[in-house]
Amino acid sequence: MNIPYRPIALGLLVLGFSALVLGRAQAGGNHFFAPVANAVVKEECGSCHLPFAPSMLPASSWTRMMGNLKDHFGDDASVDPKLAAEITAYLVANAGDEGGQRYGAKLLRGVSATNAPLRITELPKWTREHRKVPDWEWKHKDVRTKANCTACHTQAELGYYDE
Amino acid sequence: MPLTRTTRTISALLACAAMLLSGAAQAGVREDQLAQYASAAKAETPGFAGFSAERGKTLHTQNFTGGKPDTPACTSCHGKDPRGTGKTPAGKSIDAMAASVTASRYTDPAKVEKWFKRNCTEVLGRVCTPQEKGDWLTYMLGQ
Repeated sequence: MNIPYRPIALGLLVLGFSALVLGRAQAGGNHFFAPVANAVVKEECGSCHLPFAPSMLPASSWTRMMGNLKDHFGDDASVDPKLAAEITAYLVANAGDEGGQRYGAKLLRGVSATNAPLRITELPKWTREHRKVPDWEWKHKDVRTKANCTACHTQAELGYYDE
Repeated sequence: MPLTRTTRTISALLACAAMLLSGAAQAGVREDQLAQYASAAKAETPGFAGFSAERGKTLHTQNFTGGKPDTPACTSCHGKDPRGTGKTPAGKSIDAMAASVTASRYTDPAKVEKWFKRNCTEVLGRVCTPQEKGDWLTYMLGQ
């Protein structure tokens, strides 16, 4: 029997390559954080700022944040208690130390969940990754705040935070 | 086959009717909310003489000192042109407030109330009165 080794090998190579590319695309080279998929969370958290991916903080942080929306980084962002419960449940279930581990594990390395940090931009890994961004860029009129991810990461809304 | 076609035609017609009805319902929602503000304003001020788009415009553009220093006016975030987009302090784009530009505006009364509460507190440092809400809404519905 004449086995067509060449086409088979070529086929396997193509398959392997696509798997690699796809795998990277899914993991985003560790810069992918699955975006918010819940419509209520998108609306309530995403009206003022990018609805941050739940995997960017541990569950304890989300519980703490949702427990004090009256003072949400200086703003009163209170929502209807029923909606708040739904939002909290979603954020906690997909937090970086819960369902969102495969996205958030690296960002949350060295972060103690008992401290329940509130600012993503103060996580050690975040600070390290952004250390080269000069001060004037943060102050640029199109940036203004470190919470404005989309100013530089144009694909942030889709979950991609590559440079 | 002819049966399927008839069914399809009927469902298409029904869909059209539903769309027309929901359009009418939307218009009704806005008017209902205005009417509610009117009766609340009447209850507050016996001399209430209706809403004014002109007063609404003034409310929208004037500077206040009671709220947050970085957002002294509605226009601080919404921009000067009600038909243009705005930007939140966190950099997110805000759809135009003019009803003629953003068709979905003012079709959900709870949402309207939510943002009046939140934004009046931030800009004026207090809740808005029914008179103010009605004036502002009248202005935006005419834009």
